[in-house]
Amino acid sequence: MADQIPLSMTVNGRARRGAAEPRLTLADFLREQALCTGVHLGCEHGVCGSCTVLMDGEAVRSCLLFAVQADGAHITTVEGLAPDDETLHPVQEAFRDCHGLQCGFCTPGFVVSVAAFLEANPDPSDDEIRHGIAGNLCRCTGYQGIVAATRQAAAVLKGEGQ
Amino acid sequence: MVSLLAEHGDDAKPLAGGQSLVPLLAMRLTRFEHIVDLNRVDELFGVTADNGSVRIATMTRQAAVETDATVAHRVPLLHLATPHIGHFQIRNRGTIGGSVAHADPASEYPAVMLALDGTAEIASASGTREVPAAEFFESTFMTSVAPDELLTALRFSAWDQPAAFAFDEIARRSGDFALAGAAVGIGTDAAGRINRAAVGMLGVGPTPLRASSVEAALMGLAAADADPHEIGRLAADDMDPIGDVHASADYRRRAGSTLVGRVLANALAQLTQEAGNG
Repeated sequence: MADQIPLSMTVNGRARRGAAEPRLTLADFLREQALCTGVHLGCEHGVCGSCTVLMDGEAVRSCLLFAVQADGAHITTVEGLAPDDETLHPVQEAFRDCHGLQCGFCTPGFVVSVAAFLEANPDPSDDEIRHGIAGNLCRCTGYQGIVAATRQAAAVLKGEGQ
Repeated sequence: MVSLLAEHGDDAKPLAGGQSLVPLLAMRLTRFEHIVDLNRVDELFGVTADNGSVRIATMTRQAAVETDATVAHRVPLLHLATPHIGHFQIRNRGTIGGSVAHADPASEYPAVMLALDGTAEIASASGTREVPAAEFFESTFMTSVAPDELLTALRFSAWDQPAAFAFDEIARRSGDFALAGAAVGIGTDAAGRINRAAVGMLGVGPTPLRASSVEAALMGLAAADADPHEIGRLAADDMDPIGDVHASADYRRRAGSTLVGRVLANALAQLTQEAGNG
């Protein structure tokens, strides 16, 4: 077994120390050591987007990073988007309101991606929304609810209400 | 870095953004005893411009290329091609040097580099050498970078003449690898006569390819008189496509040459508009 490399990172605002073999993916580290099981692994080769997390504020595939590469980074998973346990993030609210999910497997990746997308583009057109969510795969909804949820979240985040 | 590559040779692989290498490792399509992570080597990041040329260090993220003002102004074709790469999550990690060194014939940057006669800067323990794009891409996934060498930067010359650029590709879904794509630059003299034509194609051969017949046909024409769709058809002769589950070779040839015509039309329209406005 390969050597364990010590590492530390901030996960959802909490400092976390751990150790990982050099080839352990960030996704596996987050699930198994940080217990952020909202990081879902669908394809494990960068196609499905279920494992999307924010690394230093940018949406990335955590299955395509090694945990050691995130040493010193700030990671936000779906568990860390909402301000507290009692509140949902506006993107999560919108997915619930607009039927943006069915089985829920892809949802954490979509929520993180959409949150990052709206941060960069707060007032997207429908066409831009469809491009924005193109990096995440959903096999249940047919995407209509997800597009509607993204539209609603954009309006809420801009302060326009629903 | 290069001393690690010199020490381990074939057993070591440099890791850039990891958006191609890590999937290959995950699927066990390749394996390396050693992975040399470039992500914390500061001097491998960034865009710099000096007289007439723009140097983009190998680890510059695609997302940074997409928004860099120097690139948009001096190497517009790179700026236009970047949004076609994967998805924004991929571009947040993927790098320009990683794309070019991976040399997937269906990817965007290699075709742009070839069209613009870019230069690869390659370092090893024994020094640095420069390789023009025309000699860089040897075959599918194969470049002139040796196992003990590292692609450290790409260099592009800015066009100091009236010019227009356009890029487009055909893919079944947004973010998929392209079935065919075209990267076009057209330059004219002060009278509006075409004196430089650069047409790169992706997805239609074992490497990115130049559409030399198209370039030759454009030279000397007045931009306003060139028929892009007629000339674009010539691109079929410059292709060497293979058929696979996504598209037959014949489809790639036909769709690809139609696409070349459309991208030419876009660039020519920009030139004639500029001339009309000026």
